[in-house]
Amino acid sequence: MDAFIVITIIKLLVIAFVLLTAVAYLQWVERKVIAHIQVRPGPYRVGPHGLLQPLADVIKLVTKEGLLPSYVNRPLYLFAPFIAVAMALLSIAVIPFGPTITVAGYSTWMQLTDLNIGVLFILAVSSMGVYGIALAGWSSNNKYALLGGLRSSAQMISYELPLALAIVSPLLLSNTLSLRDLVGSQAGDIFHWNILKLPFPQIVSFIIFVIAAFAETNRIPFDLPEAENELVAGFHTEYSSMKFASFFMAEYLNMVTVSAMATLLFLGGWEAPWPAAYGSSLVPTVIFAIAGLIAFYHASNPPHKLDRYTFAATGVIFLIIAAIFLAPIVQSWLLPLFWFLAKTGLILFVFIWIRGTLPRFRYDQLMGFAWKFLFPVAMLNLLVTSFLVAWRS
Amino acid sequence: MTQVPISWFLTLSAVLFALGVAGFLFRRSIITVFMSIELMLNAVNLSFVTFAYEYKQVNGHLFTFFVMVVAAAEAAVGLAIILTVFKNRATLNIDDMDSMKD
Amino acid sequence: MDVVLFLIFAFIAVVAAINVVVQTHPIASAVSLIGVMGSLAILYLLLGAEFIAVAQVIVYAGAVMVLFIFVIMLLNAGAEVKRGRSLLVQLLGAPLLIALLGLLAYFVQRIFPRNVTVHFGGFTGGSAQAIGRALFTTYLLPFEVISLLILIAILGAIVLGRKELD
Repeated sequence: MDAFIVITIIKLLVIAFVLLTAVAYLQWVERKVIAHIQVRPGPYRVGPHGLLQPLADVIKLVTKEGLLPSYVNRPLYLFAPFIAVAMALLSIAVIPFGPTITVAGYSTWMQLTDLNIGVLFILAVSSMGVYGIALAGWSSNNKYALLGGLRSSAQMISYELPLALAIVSPLLLSNTLSLRDLVGSQAGDIFHWNILKLPFPQIVSFIIFVIAAFAETNRIPFDLPEAENELVAGFHTEYSSMKFASFFMAEYLNMVTVSAMATLLFLGGWEAPWPAAYGSSLVPTVIFAIAGLIAFYHASNPPHKLDRYTFAATGVIFLIIAAIFLAPIVQSWLLPLFWFLAKTGLILFVFIWIRGTLPRFRYDQLMGFAWKFLFPVAMLNLLVTSFLVAWRS
Repeated sequence: MTQVPISWFLTLSAVLFALGVAGFLFRRSIITVFMSIELMLNAVNLSFVTFAYEYKQVNGHLFTFFVMVVAAAEAAVGLAIILTVFKNRATLNIDDMDSMKD
Repeated sequence: MDVVLFLIFAFIAVVAAINVVVQTHPIASAVSLIGVMGSLAILYLLLGAEFIAVAQVIVYAGAVMVLFIFVIMLLNAGAEVKRGRSLLVQLLGAPLLIALLGLLAYFVQRIFPRNVTVHFGGFTGGSAQAIGRALFTTYLLPFEVISLLILIAILGAIVLGRKELD
């Protein structure tokens, strides 16, 4: 029992640290990717290639003066960012990152806790997250904030329906509500994953899930709650310093959660896309080795003087990582982790990519899209899936 | 004594129900009155789930499920009615909605 | 442990429920009501009703109450105007309520024997699977009827929400 508590605390600390760092760097990645899409360098001043920019942002946000406007409803105004970030953090608790690992005789899952209703738990927590935004909009006593809060609550209620319906179809195929068993039911190569699984590949519901996830996380093209050209900053107009940072963090945490959910539900979690017999275990090594070689190539003809050393050092680091992936001791848990993070990262990249590509919807288009297109399509997909599942059994 | 007597749950349910009745009778804002009804439904749900535990049967859970569905439908229609009333009367006070009286 | 959990969340539920009734602003009442529903969800977990607990959060706290808060925000409903109540109500209201509560609690404690106790894990029949099975076998007819009810409610809400209605 004591070992269990100690292991849980260690896992808690590791996950909290990794997650918060990842969220800070996700924002850096987003700024870089958007910048390169728009042909500009992005953050560049703090550290090499702006790598220390997240740290600078955190210091700035923590040390800024927290303003408390005099006309706000004080308890709710202070409570709203807390609930937004708490609900975003809570759903990470049930997400599994990989299979069991054994460290010093203790074996444990790479997951904080497994609920046999894990999928429903995440739905419940994410449906509570809307209060953070709605109450922030209302308690700010500002018409722009109120409009942002109203828009977001209407949008999140509407898109929750197609989201839930899109989740149901892979659940029908997997026949479980536990996220761990969900991945277990998709074990094998890419044709066992729910997105391509027979009798009915869930490509349609995957696309619906991703679209609805964009709306649930208030991302472009569905970021009407914070449309800056109509609503100043939307629901967080009156927020500053750490309270503003809480909303920001909640948005990115929600992005991570929905990407992980899409990976677990549709993309087979930490399963490799093809069997290790055909060399799937070599993929991370090859990727990192190629990255290291590219760094060495750039070090041989550097654009700046200093780059001769920094690129060479980066190349060495990449090659070391590539070598680590070959070590048989760590391979058993590092490879699943790699595949899980690769799939989640891919979906996160799509989030950023779409932000750099698409304009914002008009509000009536947004609602019409949810009710007149996504909802019927999700319903139809669910009907076809359930008929096929019933016909097969 | 680490186990909770089942009557505590039922007492809690009764307390919540009585508070719901109090809100229903005392409050004047139609939205708060509506919320008091939801509070009463919740109290009843708690006793259903408690009885399900006592008899170790799932039926109580199903009653709770049905109550929830009815409450959701009721909220949708009720709030639509409140919106329409507010549009026509510009008030939320239930004392002012007495045109059926005369 | 179970007693501590029960006492904590029962306390939260009662305080929040009192807050629902005494707050004059609808949004404060709504937030308190969400508190009641959340603590009830945890009590459901204690009673082994995991599916109902999650459904409580998804349906009640996550959908119905969002609708309430949405309407309050949309109508910009202000605090309730205080009206003078009759002397009788002011004098007798609270004592009568407490008397009723005491009576209820007394009878509940009398009727239900203290040997039936609740501990976590004492009843495991409330899983999603068990509820689904009962829903589609024993309770199939009510289930179908209630889906019709929801359809009617949706249509009713749409008709009521139409602009030209007066």
